[in-house]
Amino acid sequence: MQSDSMADRFIGKSIPRKEGRAKVTGRALYVDDMVMPGMLYGATVRSPVARGRIRGIRYAQGIPWDEFTIVTAQDIPGKNCVALMLNDQPCLADQVVNHAEEPVVLLAHPDRYLLEEARRAVELDIEPLPAVFTIDESLARQQVVWGEDNIFKSFLVESGDVESAWGHAHLIVEGEYETGAQEQLYIEPQGMIATFTAEQGLTVWGSMQCPYYVHRALMTLLDLPVNQVRVIQTETGGGFGGKEEYPSMIAGHAALLARKSGKPVKIVYDRMEDMAATTKRHPSRTRHRTAVTREGKLLAMDIEFVVDGGAYATLSPVVLSRGTIHAAGPYFCPNVRIRSQAVATNFPPHGAFRGFGAPQSIFALERQMDQVAKVLGLAPEELRRRNFVKQGETLAVGQVVREKVDMAGLMERALELSDYYAKRKRFAEENPRREVKKGIGLASFLHGAGFTGSGERYLASLVGAEATPEGRVRVLAASTEMGQGTMTVFSQIAAEALGVDYDMIEIVQPDTAVVPNSGPTVASRTCMVVGKLVESAVLGIRQQLLSSGLLPERYTSEQFRQACRQFIENHGALKSSSEYSAPPGVYWDDDKYRGDAYGAYAWAVYVAEVSVDLTTYEIRVDDFVAVQEVGRVINPVLATGQIEGGVAQGIGFALYENVVWQEGQMVNSQMTNYIMPTSADLPPIRVFFEEVPYAHGPGGAKGIGELPIDGPAPAIVNAIENAGGVNVNRIPVTPEVLMEALEGVHA
Amino acid sequence: MPEVRKVAVSFAVNGEPRTVEAYPMARLLDVLRQDLLLTGTKEGCGEGECGACSVLIDGELVNSCLVPVAQAEGSRITTIEGIAGETLHAVQEAFVECGGAQCGICTPGMVLAAVTLVGRQSAQPTEDDIRNGLAGNLCRCTGYMRIFEAVLQACEKSVGAGA
Ligand code: FES
Ligand code: FES
Repeated sequence: MQSDSMADRFIGKSIPRKEGRAKVTGRALYVDDMVMPGMLYGATVRSPVARGRIRGIRYAQGIPWDEFTIVTAQDIPGKNCVALMLNDQPCLADQVVNHAEEPVVLLAHPDRYLLEEARRAVELDIEPLPAVFTIDESLARQQVVWGEDNIFKSFLVESGDVESAWGHAHLIVEGEYETGAQEQLYIEPQGMIATFTAEQGLTVWGSMQCPYYVHRALMTLLDLPVNQVRVIQTETGGGFGGKEEYPSMIAGHAALLARKSGKPVKIVYDRMEDMAATTKRHPSRTRHRTAVTREGKLLAMDIEFVVDGGAYATLSPVVLSRGTIHAAGPYFCPNVRIRSQAVATNFPPHGAFRGFGAPQSIFALERQMDQVAKVLGLAPEELRRRNFVKQGETLAVGQVVREKVDMAGLMERALELSDYYAKRKRFAEENPRREVKKGIGLASFLHGAGFTGSGERYLASLVGAEATPEGRVRVLAASTEMGQGTMTVFSQIAAEALGVDYDMIEIVQPDTAVVPNSGPTVASRTCMVVGKLVESAVLGIRQQLLSSGLLPERYTSEQFRQACRQFIENHGALKSSSEYSAPPGVYWDDDKYRGDAYGAYAWAVYVAEVSVDLTTYEIRVDDFVAVQEVGRVINPVLATGQIEGGVAQGIGFALYENVVWQEGQMVNSQMTNYIMPTSADLPPIRVFFEEVPYAHGPGGAKGIGELPIDGPAPAIVNAIENAGGVNVNRIPVTPEVLMEALEGVHA
Repeated sequence: MPEVRKVAVSFAVNGEPRTVEAYPMARLLDVLRQDLLLTGTKEGCGEGECGACSVLIDGELVNSCLVPVAQAEGSRITTIEGIAGETLHAVQEAFVECGGAQCGICTPGMVLAAVTLVGRQSAQPTEDDIRNGLAGNLCRCTGYMRIFEAVLQACEKSVGAGA
């Protein structure tokens, strides 16, 4: 499978992370490591209730309020919103609050201890209004808490004719599946520093995924022109989607305080505030009705997919879109209907989290596939084998699979590597005698890389490259490093394209005053989409050197350096840029919601082995095998690390990570009671790649970052059913959930 | 309410004697980061759960967010800034090579935990030794597998070097 051409010097090699030394020595600077002269600290006063009318704000006695900078909605010079998609979310609540922890008042002071006292001394007088906390309540519309009908967005996918298929079915299987909220839990809490002067305008530094989102939000909020707002990304300690939209909110707050006080202001959340107030993965409910033929072929899939968006739209329409498109999975089925809705409730807005809607709908589908197999009397792998989509066939949204795909092959490899057949047999024999039951299960799935539908076309991302007088090549992109390896992978792509030393490539820190808009760092698009632009931008540099005659066709790094130097001496500068254009033949119809939803898909089969203790209700994952096809792997160590990290988060999603809500407020907003996997909880995570180079990705690469979060939950819950014979359709499978399900079985 | 006064606290940090004026209950974490500008020590939770704030006090791995500075009087403190000499420590080297650091925010604490673990090992540690030795340090990025590998590699090197 290896497509290693002899010429590749950097692609496919595990080159150590570019900023690795700075990170292991503690020299990497994160936003909380920065201090500015005269800097104030900022704090946020938040609503204690989920929905209500603000009657007044009281500042209790005993605090020297005149020393404080105080900001409310009245101090906003521009539009009071966090500009994103529908611009419905206020930056500071005005008159009404729509969720607990909604920001109402901002405070700044040089002494952070006094600041904390002051924050507690602000009393919000809010008249509570009835609130909505479930998908069903929202759909029932007894309380309309958003727009006219509580619906942020809905989609309909239709291919074939589901209604006429039921009559021809051998069997029809129904199921309902639920997934809970999940906290991104990047270990670096969110934070921003802002400065504001009349001459220079506004500058913010902070932890973020999308500098240009923040840039636009600040222009709107402060009513400033493009060149008066500058956004600089500092080293970012994890994002996973959690730093996609919320940084615009915090940057806005810091900016308002900086503008009013005339001083630099730093806002860094503590863990509790970060967990309670910022976005989480959308909770979801999916209903499936599946018709199959006697031969075990899918005949019809009728899917209803609903996600809870929380109080404001934020990114819910696009989360819903990705979840909808992934809901029918990597299977061919002639009749598919998917009806989906993102609904409003009075929870803090749910937002981007690795996978972006897909882990939810894939969980439902892959559980449903196991139910269908059971009813048909087929092995789970056999049902899948009979229905995998093949090259030339069409996915539910009308996308013809043009690339080579071999899901059956991926599955065979995963089953072999996990010793699936032997274990399935052995567990079945041994379980009746065992106190702790063993089980093994699988999930097969796909994940689209890049923005959904026309997203990439609208974005029209831009990447720049320039040579320095020392003969180095600088890559200019707004794509951020947050641990996933952007800097390293871009350097590899650029060095490979130019045929020069890796160390000659420099990746410029994302700063809106310096780098062009290469789009947000989300949707597994950075390597595949932006990486391709990096490749063509640096090739533009080489082309200019070749045409000028300064560089021979074949050259060494030193010759390249000299040519750059000479070119800059002659012409003053050597620059190039590259703008996105869709690969030929890729087209999406927004109105019909049909077409090529993604430029490329990654394909995968994951297998989980579990132990289920029927006395303590404890579940452990004992082994995990992840086999995937992600195009060419640019950096095996980084890619493996991405998969392992995603699988670990997926195991947390499946078993441990339970957001406990009370009246719309997260009550376990601490690491002591919101449990993510530690090094003692995880099984060996064994990662394997099949490499099928993708023609339109840099060096043949596709996207990778989100894929690994899709598979673990269904594979694990399928394994739980295999172990305990219990049908669990809700995650996380905490001991309580397992107990309930078991009692349901034995009652 | 009797006014709490700042007191002078002396200790050695990365081999250098230091004295700070601080409230006795101030967290060692804040004193290191704000007063001594040693920002390599990170805050992930402030409640003793994540280990991002790990430092060594008299050779013991502790969460500096839980240590009142007064308690550090007279001690020897090692932070991440004191781990590399002219060259990287074997553990740091291995973290870079094996992909043990992704976003890097847990890394200083993780490196200190790994250095402690490797230092205690007379032979190759078992997988359980490593899992338990690092269980107080949370990492959200890596799923820990590359970190385990880094620890093993560092052990091989230091055992190989007769350390
Ligand atoms: S910050 Fe000290 S343990 Fe998390
Ligand atoms: S590398 Fe990001 S938390 Fe460990």
